[in-house]
Amino acid sequence: MSDPSAASIVSTPRPEQLTEASSPATAGPVGKKEKPRSLLGDAWLDLRRKPLFWISATFILLFVVMAAFPSLFTSGDPTATSLSRSRVEPSGDAWFGYDVLGRDVYARTIYGARASIVVSLLSVIGTMLIGGTMGIIAGYKGGWVDGLLSRIADIFFGLPFVLGAIVILTTFNGATSNNTAWQIMGLVIASLVVLSWPVVMRLMRSSVLATKEADYIVAARAMGASTTRIIFKHLLPNCLAPLLVYGTIMIGSFIGAEATLSFLGIGLKSPVVSWGIMINEAQNYLRPSPYLLFFPSAFLVTAVLSFVMLGEAVREALDPKLR
Amino acid sequence: MGRYLVRRLLQLVPVFIGTTLMIYLLVWKVPGDPFAGKCGDRGCPENYRAMMTEKFQLDQPWFVQYATYMKNLLQGDFGTTWSGREVGDIIATAYPNTLKLAAMALVIEAVIGLTAGVLTGLRRNGFLDNLVLVSTLFLIALPVFVVGFVLQWFFGVKWGIVTPTVSNEMRLTELILPGFVLGSASMAYIARVSRTSIAENRRADYVRTAIAKGLPMRRVVGIHLLRNSLIPVVTLLGTDLGALMGGAIITEGIFGINGVGRTVLRAIVTKESATVVSIVVVLVLVYLLMNLVVDLLYAALDPRIRYE
Amino acid sequence: MRVSKRASGAIAMGAAFALIASGCSSGNDDEGGTSANSSDGAIVVDGTEPENPLVPANTTETGGGKIIDWLWTGLVEYPNNGGAPQNALAESIETSDSKVYKIKIKQNTKFHDGTVVKAKNFVDAWNWGAYSPNGAQNASFFADIDGFADVNTSDPDGDGPKKAPEPKAKEMSGLKVVDDWNFEVTLAAPTAVFPTKLGYSTFMPLPDAFFSQGAEAFGKKPIGNGPVSFVSWENNVAIKLTRFDDYNLRDKMKIKDVNVKIYQDDTAAYNDLVSNNLDFQQQVPVSSLAGDNWKNDLGDRAISSTTPSTGIIAFPIYDKRFQNPKLRKAISLSVNRQEITDKIFFGNRKPADSWANPLTPGAKPGNCTACQFKPDEAKQLLAEAGGFTGQLKMYYNADASHKDWMEAVAGQVKNTLGIDAVAVGVPTFAVFRQNINAHKMDGAYRAGWQQDYPDVENWINPLYVTGGSSNDGLYSNPEVDALAKQASSAPSLEASHELFAKAVEKIDQDVPTMPIYFGGQQSGHSVKIKKMELSNVGELDITSVEL
Repeated sequence: MSDPSAASIVSTPRPEQLTEASSPATAGPVGKKEKPRSLLGDAWLDLRRKPLFWISATFILLFVVMAAFPSLFTSGDPTATSLSRSRVEPSGDAWFGYDVLGRDVYARTIYGARASIVVSLLSVIGTMLIGGTMGIIAGYKGGWVDGLLSRIADIFFGLPFVLGAIVILTTFNGATSNNTAWQIMGLVIASLVVLSWPVVMRLMRSSVLATKEADYIVAARAMGASTTRIIFKHLLPNCLAPLLVYGTIMIGSFIGAEATLSFLGIGLKSPVVSWGIMINEAQNYLRPSPYLLFFPSAFLVTAVLSFVMLGEAVREALDPKLR
Repeated sequence: MGRYLVRRLLQLVPVFIGTTLMIYLLVWKVPGDPFAGKCGDRGCPENYRAMMTEKFQLDQPWFVQYATYMKNLLQGDFGTTWSGREVGDIIATAYPNTLKLAAMALVIEAVIGLTAGVLTGLRRNGFLDNLVLVSTLFLIALPVFVVGFVLQWFFGVKWGIVTPTVSNEMRLTELILPGFVLGSASMAYIARVSRTSIAENRRADYVRTAIAKGLPMRRVVGIHLLRNSLIPVVTLLGTDLGALMGGAIITEGIFGINGVGRTVLRAIVTKESATVVSIVVVLVLVYLLMNLVVDLLYAALDPRIRYE
Repeated sequence: MRVSKRASGAIAMGAAFALIASGCSSGNDDEGGTSANSSDGAIVVDGTEPENPLVPANTTETGGGKIIDWLWTGLVEYPNNGGAPQNALAESIETSDSKVYKIKIKQNTKFHDGTVVKAKNFVDAWNWGAYSPNGAQNASFFADIDGFADVNTSDPDGDGPKKAPEPKAKEMSGLKVVDDWNFEVTLAAPTAVFPTKLGYSTFMPLPDAFFSQGAEAFGKKPIGNGPVSFVSWENNVAIKLTRFDDYNLRDKMKIKDVNVKIYQDDTAAYNDLVSNNLDFQQQVPVSSLAGDNWKNDLGDRAISSTTPSTGIIAFPIYDKRFQNPKLRKAISLSVNRQEITDKIFFGNRKPADSWANPLTPGAKPGNCTACQFKPDEAKQLLAEAGGFTGQLKMYYNADASHKDWMEAVAGQVKNTLGIDAVAVGVPTFAVFRQNINAHKMDGAYRAGWQQDYPDVENWINPLYVTGGSSNDGLYSNPEVDALAKQASSAPSLEASHELFAKAVEKIDQDVPTMPIYFGGQQSGHSVKIKKMELSNVGELDITSVEL
């Protein structure tokens, strides 16, 4: 489902963390003694040993380079049309074939990485930052702050994604607007963030709710640790894992959501290329020319998989219980 | 608990007003004259637009329109569409269909997602684990219209296993395929969450104790492990119903289901605010109530969470 | 014109040729049995939700228009083969000067509520449609009639605060009831094409019930006088029609029930059609056209036809950059229409080579010299015009499937002329239309035209005459105006067609728009239907259906 509002993963209270007061993540700061390794250093040592991490990281690096410097990979022009080679099948000359307008599918797929990766990555980061902050505040403060923030989140969450996106994007990205490709990207990212943060907030809030009563938090508070310190040193590391899992999956659904917005004519527009746009364009030719769908989908799925694998590896490294 | 419930129910009121107001404003902000596109490439005569604008009070400021709408809503009148049909009637026919579809999707995603999650959670990093990971990710990554189209083509048309579209009677067997398509994205989440949950609890003390006691593995998994791991999954499923109902737009279109998703989409495009707000209001109410139920479930299932 | 509102198949328009469904005419041994089945048979056809209550003068989109065409029979009818109109409900339409028409209707035909169709039903209906406070979408069709200006006033300042003044009269002075079966129409100026227009749905009679119930209530349960009567309308689900047994005109129903199933998505309808769950789909989806899949899927159930419609890209002549005819011609000459119809439409549409669709009576084929593909001449003309600065935007509405061909046109212009041409999608048709109506376009834009009634006049006056109802680009050439005016008031249709041909020659030099393709329609029917025809605009002629 390319609709992130449908993709609600709301509550994963992690009760076990309450009992895990002896994990390295918490032992150090409470005691304030010399600690052998930091949490991140520990995780890094763990990560280095995982092939999964290296494979996924390589792929992601590849995609990021592709997004930054597409001309390294292809000399073709992704927007040059020529109907005379319309829907010419993949061959030695054109590895991925040509689309219905005679554009080089390989060049388009390479150039498509930029919009897809930038939009999905930035949207996920934005969603995480806003949703995470609100979630921590709501969960930690509780009381009326929690009530207020949760109700605001309810309002945004109740809003169907398509409605919100149509309104935001048609208002700012209408027919006669002269937005540049980057401005349109910014608007797409903004609407994805605005409509998705409540999910992350609820996730974070329930994690914080489950964690904040834990002994080590109570202990830290008793020792006079400041709120900031408790949040950043104690709560955040312990609540990050479910967020990471969700975030990595969300990258995938955001790439799809970007496709839906383009489909509705309110997202990215040509001459910008993205995998979502390519998949949309391919749908009418699914039966005679399935390769038009195959190549962008394959890149998209590989990218999504890489992010999820990376997230998984990092999560396991951060979570000592799974060692 | 009782006071908590009352408080939460009271909190629904501002959320309800906030949502209707926001949606009303948003629809009002959608650019375009709702009557400009109704006459094809010929364009509509000025008099037609003037008459319709006056009839629906679109020349009034937005807060007057909103107040009129809310006043009628509180009296149970949802308003009419531009074509003069009662929005109340539309809701009455479309909602049950969407609800059936969403319920079917929920059942399917729960069954498949949980099975996959439990199997992979018990044997992590095996072949099956990776297979499930890849296939569920595929379902998330591919836009739903592609999944829907491909499955409908093969199962409905090519192999003739099911009817390609859903009839107005909404038979159960017809709903399996659309239910799968609608639930496919959430299925992956369910599988991931239950996998994580099972994997973690697998190492919990009580599981070790149960195994040490010599209980058969089936009993350990079925009774101890599953029950404790299901808490996050059940709460996730609870809130998903509302999300599925709102997210069924594309699935409903592919399988020709007369549900709220398509109605809302069309109403947004034509700025039919009465229809949009009314349908979304009911959606939001469903979502808010499910939320409340889930929050209460937290407390009931997990004694560590308290509401005072 | 009527436009289809369906999200993806939106170029669905109509077909001009009567077609007998293939594989139906011969080899049916149990004729007797079949016809017995046929007479109480029922069919399911695809449709879209009507956008307005079903009132003839207030319906311009295909979803409701098709139902109205089935529910009503007008004074004249357009034969399925696209030929000249014939009398249907009219006994005779007589005129000596093309200005005063004496219309005599057939006696004792009935509305579905049992009341008799009388002359006053026409006169009342037309007066209602023309009266501006009623806001009928098709009011302008009555503009030929004397006294129209007195009943139809317009807002003096557009969207401004002032309201349109109350019309001076409620009835047009040009309409006069003689007796129950005769009435007289006086036009403001001689118009030879007037009798041809009378078959358009705007001119249908309305029963007395319409005036007692009010338009909105009537539109939910319409009462017509056609071969089928209205049974029920369930929102977004189905509209049910059944044979009207008291119908005594030519085109009686051969089956009993017609169930119009409302689809949101034409692919869903298509899959039902392939599996024989749907009996007729007027336009199969674009996704089935690629690679001729629809012909493989449907076999001899596939029906290919052409429609009197043209896909056009229009120039906003109010924009300074587009005021040079040489530039417009250069752009038009740089489009390879043949390649577009072959590659984008898979040969299902034909490259446009004339200004009016050649299926239309009076249209001259091949009279668009600007429609050829001449890259060298195009480059030269562009140079003479002083080039083009900035981005050449070509707008289309993204809620229908126009993206591919618009991008192909933009690509060709870019390749041939080296102009930075891009196709730009506007999210919704409403916004698209609003910008066009307000004359705010800063680039060329897609338009489409399907004839309302079969005469070349319908392709010139609304589109290319100053002040024409759909002359959205504000093209104005006094010579064209004069010739068109002369043509419209010519004493005979032949004379009128000759004068229009001269007007078209002038238009061809100015290139106010670019005709790109002529419409084609790809339909399909189920195995159940043994015989059927399409109407002149490509709708199913339900009275021809045999099972």
